Amino acid sequence: MNDMTPIQTTLKDWETDQEVRWCPGCGDYAILKAVQRTLPMVGADPKNTVFVSGIGCSSRFPYYIESYGFHTIHGRAPAFATGIKLANPELDVWLVTGDGDGMSIGGNHTMHILRRNLDCQIMLFNNEIYGLTKGQYSPTSRVGTPSPTSPIGSVDRPALPCAFALGAGARFVARGYDVSKDLPEVLIAAYRHKGAAFIEIFQNCIVYNKDRFDDFTAKAVASDNQIMCKDGEPLLFAKETKGLSLDLETLSLKVVDVVDGNWQAAGVAVHNPRNRGLAHMLVEMPFGAFPMALGVIYDDPAPTFESAVVAERATLIAGKTPDLGKLLSKGQTWTVAAPSDKHGLMD
Amino acid sequence: MATRSAQYGSAEGAGQDAQASVHEASPEAVVVRFAGDSGDGMQLTGGQFTLSTALAGNDLATFPDFPAEIRAPQGTLFGVSAFQINFGSSEITTAGDAPDVLVAMNPAALKTNVQALKPGGLVIADTGEFTRRNLEKARYEASPLDDGSLARWDVLAFDISALTLEAVKPFGLGNKEALRCKNMWTLGLALWMFDRDRQPLVDWLNAKFAKSPVLAQANIAALNAGHAYGETAELAGPLRKLHVDPVASEPGLYRTITGAEAVSLGLVAGAQLANLPMFFGGYPITPASAILHNLVKMKEFGVTTFQAEDEIAAICAAIGASYAGQLGVTSSSGPGIALKGEAMGLAIMTELPLVIVNSQRGGPSTGLPTKTEQSDLYQAIYGRNGDAPLPVIAARSPADAFECAIEACRIAVAYMTPVILLTDGYIGNASEPWKVPDPASFTPFPVAFLDESNNPGGKVLPYKRDARGVRPWIKAGTPGLMHRIGGIEKAIDTGNIDYAPDVHQAQTDARKARIDGLAHDVPPQDVALGEARGRLAVLGWGSTFGPIHQAVRRARRRGLDVSHVHVRHVWPLPANLGELLGGFEHVLVPEMNTGQFKTVLRDQFLIDAVPLAKTSGQPFAIAEIEAAIASFFNGVTGNEGGEVAVNDTQLPAPEIEHP
Repeated sequence: MNDMTPIQTTLKDWETDQEVRWCPGCGDYAILKAVQRTLPMVGADPKNTVFVSGIGCSSRFPYYIESYGFHTIHGRAPAFATGIKLANPELDVWLVTGDGDGMSIGGNHTMHILRRNLDCQIMLFNNEIYGLTKGQYSPTSRVGTPSPTSPIGSVDRPALPCAFALGAGARFVARGYDVSKDLPEVLIAAYRHKGAAFIEIFQNCIVYNKDRFDDFTAKAVASDNQIMCKDGEPLLFAKETKGLSLDLETLSLKVVDVVDGNWQAAGVAVHNPRNRGLAHMLVEMPFGAFPMALGVIYDDPAPTFESAVVAERATLIAGKTPDLGKLLSKGQTWTVAAPSDKHGLMD
Repeated sequence: MATRSAQYGSAEGAGQDAQASVHEASPEAVVVRFAGDSGDGMQLTGGQFTLSTALAGNDLATFPDFPAEIRAPQGTLFGVSAFQINFGSSEITTAGDAPDVLVAMNPAALKTNVQALKPGGLVIADTGEFTRRNLEKARYEASPLDDGSLARWDVLAFDISALTLEAVKPFGLGNKEALRCKNMWTLGLALWMFDRDRQPLVDWLNAKFAKSPVLAQANIAALNAGHAYGETAELAGPLRKLHVDPVASEPGLYRTITGAEAVSLGLVAGAQLANLPMFFGGYPITPASAILHNLVKMKEFGVTTFQAEDEIAAICAAIGASYAGQLGVTSSSGPGIALKGEAMGLAIMTELPLVIVNSQRGGPSTGLPTKTEQSDLYQAIYGRNGDAPLPVIAARSPADAFECAIEACRIAVAYMTPVILLTDGYIGNASEPWKVPDPASFTPFPVAFLDESNNPGGKVLPYKRDARGVRPWIKAGTPGLMHRIGGIEKAIDTGNIDYAPDVHQAQTDARKARIDGLAHDVPPQDVALGEARGRLAVLGWGSTFGPIHQAVRRARRRGLDVSHVHVRHVWPLPANLGELLGGFEHVLVPEMNTGQFKTVLRDQFLIDAVPLAKTSGQPFAIAEIEAAIASFFNGVTGNEGGEVAVNDTQLPAPEIEHP
């Protein structure tokens, strides 16, 4: 994000005249609306906003946002975003990617944009499947996912996007899901974070991986199986009857029962998004034994890449004036005078 | 060791009488090759000798030839690094065919280079390195200095190592450090041989070793000792002092320049003329990295450099910068260019300006990283998925690369297109004197971004084309002109996604017509040497300019009806090229590939272009092209003797037998 005078816009201002072409019921619709709802809330300016995407269902996103937009090539959106932001640090850059685009073909670029800490928002729509190419298993598919290329179930172990992001040096890691009412709140936090903000958004692929995330998003189980991480608040879930506590013997998290709301007595940990170790534990908790950690898991700003590039430049050019003639004649030169004259050494 | 008096030197431009001039006291041109272990500092020696040559007012051309390994095992055949320089008092356009003088710092350097030496040429060898162990590493059974196998040449062999150690003794250096001064000793000898001033070298050494004056003094002592040795040796051995007259050049300020420097300066000048900041995305690769190294030092000209995580990210970031209103540039060599192919397609599809520099090297795959070739021409013209036309420009020499880089920038912004600039390892590393141009003489081509809607009352039309088929450039961040672009086929004018059959047909046609139209916006093809019609045109592109030009010059001196045509705009081809070539009975196309441009010419003009292909990783020798020219004049008066096949032992570099 950038410190700019907030611009007054409404959700309507962020809609384009293009017909949205996702499958009916796709989770992408909900994410699009959440983003269009968020942008007015943070005072974003359409002319200074650029949505950059790779290839995949999610990557059609820029066509539906009334701002600048660049639908690029598979996996490379982080590289385009880097060029855009370095060329004009005033621009607010959002990346839209997916589990195939960002974790598979573009994994390398995802790693590097995070370690460099380019100021941008990276929304990784994780549906655990290749949708646009008709349903092959993806790098985040769970072992045993049946698909056209894995008829008896996939055999590769999946990647954990948030763990990957932390490993790459991300300074902001958050999680949400398509129809979550909390998604705009997570997006606002990402926008306010100066630096690369990584948001994994679980997204329901209605056609190829339907209801994949029901075990923690369905109304009946949501409360029991998800935990919303909030700065300074105890890590409670299941209607505050359970919490996460640090097991000092194994240095790992454990689920504890909370009796009569006395979470202190149960030893429930308080969420601190500046605690990197805690963030690692939260994103790697095995689901089932633990709830799914959502919300802003890690948020600890560090200097951004584009500001470092600007500063480096300023140091390098300090005291120099651009003089093309001088540049061209740099180094050892000699003059050839009119015929019969001697050659002379200039400098 | 031979004791004959050495007479070396030749006249590059003097045709068949070149042999005669070998015996002149003051030759028109001399070719010297320094060869040693990659750790011996031969490139540095050659570079400094080049500078002293330029300061002496000679025209010159150089050819650095080094192994791909950073520190190959010492003394081995594949660890030999060489630097060849051709200098003279008339126009020099190649690094010379066969050296007159070979400085061999060890047996391996002698073995891999001596076959290239002219008969009667001079070998200077360091006997201190001709130990049994080094001879074994070079696969010599007996010392070539003793067994008579060097009888064809004059040999001056003495213990340079010992002489250097003696010279630097007062400075108390360790043995290893002391021996590092060997190259300066050798350079001192070379400066004496060619009557050069030592002072610029002394100044340079003092500056280079400003932080350790002892090293500066030791190196200067070695330099002086080598120089003094020349005077003594002259009395007894085959060594003779030679003076090469200064060349008559156009008055003005000069400097030496390598192709990589010229490209860097040309890109900076191009961006300035376009009135744009430049964004350069690069990833380290031989031999293209030099451009990134140079541009890092030029940031005061609005240059941003980005060392990306890979070749793909380098070009994608450059395209992103173009979308945000800067001049995006990326550079690489063949393997990296291959990786950039998909992104080039996106720049073509979205119609964003971009300059892509390819410093070609031998391929395919990793191929020959430090050797030269022109084998990426198909890749440049055709190497993308879909119908993806883009302009391709080829530089003919280090100095020409400057103008070509400006031209690439001009076309990129004027036509909203990616442009490929082809150089090669030879152009990139070689240096030549360059008359420093006056920036005021350049024609600016400032870019006008669209800053208000081109569709009054409606939404901006980012793909509304002008008469040349060019769309407006809209900077992301411009108020009121928000729009979306991408790699999917787009509707006319609006750019909205649309892949209806008639739309794709129309947009494919428009993309092609826009690039084809450029053929009329580049200078008409001229003739570099000779008449505009006749029996034979030798048609070249890129770094073959030098050898072709000299070969044609020699053939013309013998009265043969041959012309030299050299193409800069290899795609689209200049509008008049077909007609020009139609005026010749034959067209010969020498190329450092298997005949790629020949195929393009046959396709475009239905002419019987004849290939002269070379893929040894080495530039053409003049003699090779001369022989090919002669074959078109068999039985023609004036070509007597021209029908003799080229002498293979006089090519620039023999095959190295790798262990």
